[in-house]
Amino acid sequence: MSRYLVRRLLIAVPALLGISVVLFGVLALAPGDPFSELATNANVPPDVAQHLRATLGLDDPLPLRYVRWLVAMARGDWGYSFQSRVHVDELILQRLPTSLFVIGTAYVVALAVALPVGILSALRPYSIFDQVATTLAFVGFSLPTFFTGLLLILVFSIRLDWLPFIYRADLDATGVRWLVEQARQSVMPIAVLGLFQGAVLTRFVRASVLDVVRLDYVNTARAKGLSERRVVAKHVVRNALIPVVTVIALQVPTIFTGAVVTEQIFRVPGIGSLLISAVLASDTPVVLAITFVYAVLVVLFNLIADLLYGWLDPRITYA
Amino acid sequence: MRDGGAVLPVVADVVADPSTAARAGSLAHEAWFRFRRHRLAFLGFVVATTMAAVVIAGPLVYRTPMDALDFKAKLQAPSRAHPFGTDDLGQDLLARLLYGGRISLAVGVSAMLIALTVGVIMGAAAGYAGGVVDHVLMRVTDLFLSLPQLPLLLLVIYLFRDYARALLGPEAGIFVLIVTVIGGLRWMPVARIVRAQFLTLREQDFVHAARALGAAPGRQIVRHILPNALGPVVVAASLDVAAAILAESTLSFLGLGFPPDIPTWGRILFDAKDSLDHAPHWALFPGTAIFLTVLSINYVGDGLRDALDPRRVIGR
Amino acid sequence: MDEYGIRELVNEVHRGRLSRRRFVGIMVGFGLTAPMAATLLGPSAARAQRRAAFAPTKRGGGGRLKLLWWQAPTGLNAHFATGTKDEDAARPAYEPLCAFDPDGVFIPILAAEVPTLQNGGLSRDGKTVTWRLKKNVQWHDGTPFTADDVIFTWEFAADPATAAVTVTAYRDIDRIDRIDDHTVKVVFKEPRAFWYDAFFGVRGYILPKHILGAYKGANSRNAPPKFIGTGPYRVVDFKPGDSVRYELNPNYHIANRPFFDIVELKGGGDAPSAARAVLQTGEYDFAWNMQVEWDVLKRLEQGGKGTLVNVPTGNIEHIQLNQSDPWTEVDGERGSVKSKHPLFQDAKVRAAFALLIDRASVGEELYGETGKVTGNFINAPSRFLSKNTRWEFSIDKANRLLDEAGYKRGGDGVRLGKDGKRIKLVYQTSVNSLRQKNQQIVKQAFAKAGIDLELKSVTASVFFSSDPANPDTYSHFYADLQMFNTTMTSPDPQFFMNQFVSTEAAQRANKWAGRNPTRFRNEEYDRLWNSSDKEFDPAKRAAMFIRMNDIVVEQVVVIPEIWRNRTYAVGARLRDVEPSGWDSTLWQLAYWNREA
Repeated sequence: MSRYLVRRLLIAVPALLGISVVLFGVLALAPGDPFSELATNANVPPDVAQHLRATLGLDDPLPLRYVRWLVAMARGDWGYSFQSRVHVDELILQRLPTSLFVIGTAYVVALAVALPVGILSALRPYSIFDQVATTLAFVGFSLPTFFTGLLLILVFSIRLDWLPFIYRADLDATGVRWLVEQARQSVMPIAVLGLFQGAVLTRFVRASVLDVVRLDYVNTARAKGLSERRVVAKHVVRNALIPVVTVIALQVPTIFTGAVVTEQIFRVPGIGSLLISAVLASDTPVVLAITFVYAVLVVLFNLIADLLYGWLDPRITYA
Repeated sequence: MRDGGAVLPVVADVVADPSTAARAGSLAHEAWFRFRRHRLAFLGFVVATTMAAVVIAGPLVYRTPMDALDFKAKLQAPSRAHPFGTDDLGQDLLARLLYGGRISLAVGVSAMLIALTVGVIMGAAAGYAGGVVDHVLMRVTDLFLSLPQLPLLLLVIYLFRDYARALLGPEAGIFVLIVTVIGGLRWMPVARIVRAQFLTLREQDFVHAARALGAAPGRQIVRHILPNALGPVVVAASLDVAAAILAESTLSFLGLGFPPDIPTWGRILFDAKDSLDHAPHWALFPGTAIFLTVLSINYVGDGLRDALDPRRVIGR
Repeated sequence: MDEYGIRELVNEVHRGRLSRRRFVGIMVGFGLTAPMAATLLGPSAARAQRRAAFAPTKRGGGGRLKLLWWQAPTGLNAHFATGTKDEDAARPAYEPLCAFDPDGVFIPILAAEVPTLQNGGLSRDGKTVTWRLKKNVQWHDGTPFTADDVIFTWEFAADPATAAVTVTAYRDIDRIDRIDDHTVKVVFKEPRAFWYDAFFGVRGYILPKHILGAYKGANSRNAPPKFIGTGPYRVVDFKPGDSVRYELNPNYHIANRPFFDIVELKGGGDAPSAARAVLQTGEYDFAWNMQVEWDVLKRLEQGGKGTLVNVPTGNIEHIQLNQSDPWTEVDGERGSVKSKHPLFQDAKVRAAFALLIDRASVGEELYGETGKVTGNFINAPSRFLSKNTRWEFSIDKANRLLDEAGYKRGGDGVRLGKDGKRIKLVYQTSVNSLRQKNQQIVKQAFAKAGIDLELKSVTASVFFSSDPANPDTYSHFYADLQMFNTTMTSPDPQFFMNQFVSTEAAQRANKWAGRNPTRFRNEEYDRLWNSSDKEFDPAKRAAMFIRMNDIVVEQVVVIPEIWRNRTYAVGARLRDVEPSGWDSTLWQLAYWNREA
């Protein structure tokens, strides 16, 4: 096991290098310009944009730029945002807590919905409960988040006037009032994300429980005279959750990149909105930093998922 | 967590030895028999085929032009002249939905097929071969999983648009590009599901038995393992159709999708969002169309899954 | 009254023989509005300090002001601004010597008075400007503001290594003499009619020498994120790409201002929902730049929590006709200046195209009160507005012209080119829902005249990119027609009109960095543009720009569509909000207040 781990970690290094080359190439070749806003302003001479391009090293040959970036990254220098003229790590650190809070909570909500609903649906397949849950899951899944978000705003902010729909990182309140305000402004983005993700997860939980329910050992357990509750809790759910656990492990990295559309709608200053604005403004150092951290997390959690899977399911051997 | 075009999580189901797998020849026949008895699945199949038929034949019957502007009739609720109402330029929504449906459905299905084909091949190869092949293929999967989708889309469309346009014409060219891009970025979950299935299945007795009887690896994969691995793959595929239809709407939004005068369902829904409180019909129809498509395809998927699992007790 | 008559009167005022008030009176008699008449007097005529409706007796006490920008500010040094958002977010803290009010009139901010010929601030030869600065102004950290800061700002912005976006305002300054602590003399390299650029408005924010002194030129990117200005509010917290929080500046140089204790500027999201937050829920007090269909805005306004305010700018939404041939390579270059557009070299075709733009529908159905339909490229300030142009929408006339020009219709009703092939033109613009709808309106009219348009929309960051390798940019213009909005950021068309000068033609030789994407070439135009900055008679100079406008409109190099307003959503209780189309939206934030 530990030899397997070491080998996987050793493989991860060239893999990440390869990923970084591809990422860098894609971003460097992609069209777009950090200074496009200046273009329609007749007062800004074109040579300013050209000079900026030159000072930021955008006109240098690609391999040179890559090596420069890699060396800096290895020394802990994440680069410098074209747009904000701030170090990228500062930008990311500023956004991280909000991102983790909103997306993380949404994920917990999604799990809290998906686990019971998925299990119950699978235990009584094609019952009324299952039909309703399935339909709702597909409503959630087939409506884009830009649409459900707006729907919530229309109902809860505009019709009912209960909740604010603009997320503010600096609330002008302290103590209990802060908590209340924070809860009020987080409810809608968390709900939108949680429901969308919950819908997807429900389908997978249902699928994996369905697969376990009909296995022989479950029948054996029933035949032994165990109560249905005990059968479900001890034998069905525990085994069905093995794949679900690996699913969760694989989803963790996406918490880092945030939810682009939802963050945009509710103006949540998370990593997702940083990423999308950086992409649209061709702020390559920011995009590169976020995507590279994401890549590292993906590789890491893939490894964790594989280990978990092997540990939970003894039939798999890592030779 | 990515919204709008979620990267589906990977699920590895634990499937026991289906004793009937050896009789693979009658599998298709039996599956169809089981599928037909699955009422919801059959209903879904009927709805999905009807939708497809309507968007294909509809514009031939319903002759109102989809791009005629009429400012006197803008944002009208459904009426005789405009059965689904009009949008803010006074264009007939039914005509637009019919036209856009062809594209949305085609995008959804084609992208799903691409994702499925690539995913199954990669996953099966990695899961069956194991060892170095598995490692290399899984690192490739990691690479694709960690690619930033938005800049990549920009890059691909920017690099190949003129080429595809010259080769296939403006609409077909962009269609092929979009489908390739969406499908090409969605195969990874399928690959991981298939691989996980293979990891468990290849160690099972019936596969050992097939191997011992001298079945070639190709035969082992296609005849013995793959049919048993299909369940979760089918679920992922049905979700992929929906995700592709929605992903196309995000592309339209970013200006990377079809030209602005082509009304795909996702695009109509996006255009309608700011008038949601005032003209709900505008969003209602494309929203319902997407929902019905996704739901029916899902039930078809469920039905297929049950039908393909020979031990499954048929639903009541 | 003709141009000559007006000119005489303007001269009378400038010589001091006719009072401003009398002049305005005469002009109003001829049917002009008073502000229009005032702008006729040209830039050297400053108006008395504006009077706000609210006259407080003490500073502060107004609580919190919440502002919503749907683009988020990314930097607070406006000399590096990548968009209006940055200039606006900097304005509560930083100030220029002079601001432009909504009529383009100069309002002294850090200057004690506006330099004029009368007060000796402007020299007769047009080469020097002497500024007298306000005394007793302090930077936010208590350091006094002096002439050194003004000189430093010039040195900072004019240095090409700094790569400031404001460089054009400063690089033609030869030197700045320090007369005393609060007087400087700016000496231009050459006489300059458009002198009111450096130290004015969004291009004139004065920087603190004691903070940034060491960070000039290439070193400017290492400047510490310390935002010390002279403005009514101090920066407390800045989150790039998200929000800025300011607090009241207790030492502000205008008595009893500002009113609010805390100002919060939140960025990001989209325009329609920003409008909702002000008009429907009242969650925010003010939202910026509502680029949304007018119908949608009007419905949101019924929410009753705020109103829409339209402020005129000089911005023009227009369609350009490619003068070169984008589909054939000449010397390996598409759209070469040496080529001629196969269709558009025919004046009748160009005239027909101008007739096919249904401006009235675009104006009514899309822009409403957020813009005015126009036939002119220069629309403001009003002294530059041409009265010589006409426009109409007539598919019949266009059809007749195209028939006369010899473009016959083929079997499917689409006209055939001289080579016998169907005419198919590409019409490109950036992604923006108003523009996509505009494209559809144009496409429909063109179809009725037998011209098939292929619509193309390009993401804004690509369309406006300066990347020479990208073929999809507006400056490459590899299409037949294109539409976008050109912003006019100062109340003077000098830079604005360089878009049609032949030496600015965007081409491979200048890496498509030229400002003239249509590659229009016209000797008369070039001559007019080159001499306009040397012309010191305001009336003559205005006539030159009017002629330039008429050339490009009559020859249908451009088809102007909409003279854009900037539209704001303003909370119902907010008072004395007077955004300027020539300056930052927040130029007089110190005067904003809220009804109790």
